[in-house]
Amino acid sequence: MAALAALLRRDMRLTVRVGGGALMGVLFFLIVVVMVPFALGPDLALLARTGPAILWLGALLASLLALDRLFAADHEDGSLDLILMGRAPLELAVAAKALAHWLTTGLPLVIAAPLLGLFLNLAPAAIGAVALTLLVGTPALTCIGLIGAALAVALRRGGLLVPVLVLPLTIPVLIFGVAASNAAVTGPLPFGTPFTVLVALTLASVVLGPFAAAAALRHGLD
Amino acid sequence: MRLSELANPSRFNALAERVLPWLVVATALAFALGLYQALFVAPDDYQQGATVKIMFIHVPSAWLGMLGWALMSIAALGTLVWRHPLADVAMKAAAPIGAAFTLICLVTGSLWGRPTWGTYWVWDARLTSVLILFLMYLGVIALWRTVEDPSRAARAAAILTLVGAVNLPIIKFSVDWWNTLHQPASVLRLGGSTIYPTILVPLLIMAVAFTLLFVTLHLSAMRNELLRRRVRTLRLMRAAAANP
Repeated sequence: MAALAALLRRDMRLTVRVGGGALMGVLFFLIVVVMVPFALGPDLALLARTGPAILWLGALLASLLALDRLFAADHEDGSLDLILMGRAPLELAVAAKALAHWLTTGLPLVIAAPLLGLFLNLAPAAIGAVALTLLVGTPALTCIGLIGAALAVALRRGGLLVPVLVLPLTIPVLIFGVAASNAAVTGPLPFGTPFTVLVALTLASVVLGPFAAAAALRHGLD
Repeated sequence: MRLSELANPSRFNALAERVLPWLVVATALAFALGLYQALFVAPDDYQQGATVKIMFIHVPSAWLGMLGWALMSIAALGTLVWRHPLADVAMKAAAPIGAAFTLICLVTGSLWGRPTWGTYWVWDARLTSVLILFLMYLGVIALWRTVEDPSRAARAAAILTLVGAVNLPIIKFSVDWWNTLHQPASVLRLGGSTIYPTILVPLLIMAVAFTLLFVTLHLSAMRNELLRRRVRTLRLMRAAAANP
């Protein structure tokens, strides 16, 4: 347990100190959300209607880009082998890394989302709904991304492989996240229905992601 | 011949060489019978006319697209759990074939939808989940191509295949769980099939023909993959001998 806490603290410190860390993800989120009105045009009603989807897509892409920080650096300097050989179960170690990744990458996105919602002319109810669904959904994005990052850890020229592997698996999270945000603003569907499914998806991925990622690490590194 | 005896690639190749001609003949006969039944015996639908006969290609392709992934999942278990030497060959060979059948399913379904639904595509649950299956097939093929060492690629692909297997029940039950434009299950459902026998029989014959085609292509692809690995090993040995 102390080993897991140490791993968590180490990962968080490394993310904050090295390579831009949390703010780089938020910056990318900001840039994507700013570029969409340039593409769609300044029609505020249209932006308000598509706002939750734009915020969710931006958050998804920002978490995707941050995934290679999960395992690649540790693999290069050998600390991934140490984690594999350590006494803590690999699944828990991977879950600790996922938690560190979410706290330093996902959570800043959730905090930035309401501010970016103002750029998209979202109603207060929509901003609250988007923030809440992102809060619940970004752990799922992290844990599903964990699988792709673990599969591609030993590749030098991975390129776009991780997004290609991870994005189809994150489609349900995206669908229900946006559905819940839209339900809070318009529509006969109550907010609770898609939100509950989103929570279920997150809980399932928090359990399955570390198991699959640990299996991928074990089989991929020898 | 037990599964463990088939683990020897040379013995597998010998068996496949003996079996393949018979499989090719059986596939051709099944297709001949199925196409005759589909084109000349099955009646036109009272609403759709002759376009209903796209179903005889569309539905078996859909079944085989899902069968391909199910076969890959079983082979993935063979790789990870039992370490069967040919399991990863089976898994790698099945991916492009399953992807092709899924693509045929999507394209024929789209062509069928234009006259009957009025649109080439709609984002309902069944079409979306089959499209996701196709994307996952492409992802697995990409993973095989990106990792250079075949055995490491096999283990990574096995894990990805098992993770993606969760999509199969979603596809099957999507028409029941969501209010979709795609018609609900009419062959494999509780309470028996709801299709009239004059259309059901040609459909099942075509399904058998398509399955035989899948098996034939899969066995040929497995032989090709084994040959490809032998070539790779020989190249590596020659390169190692050239630079002592």
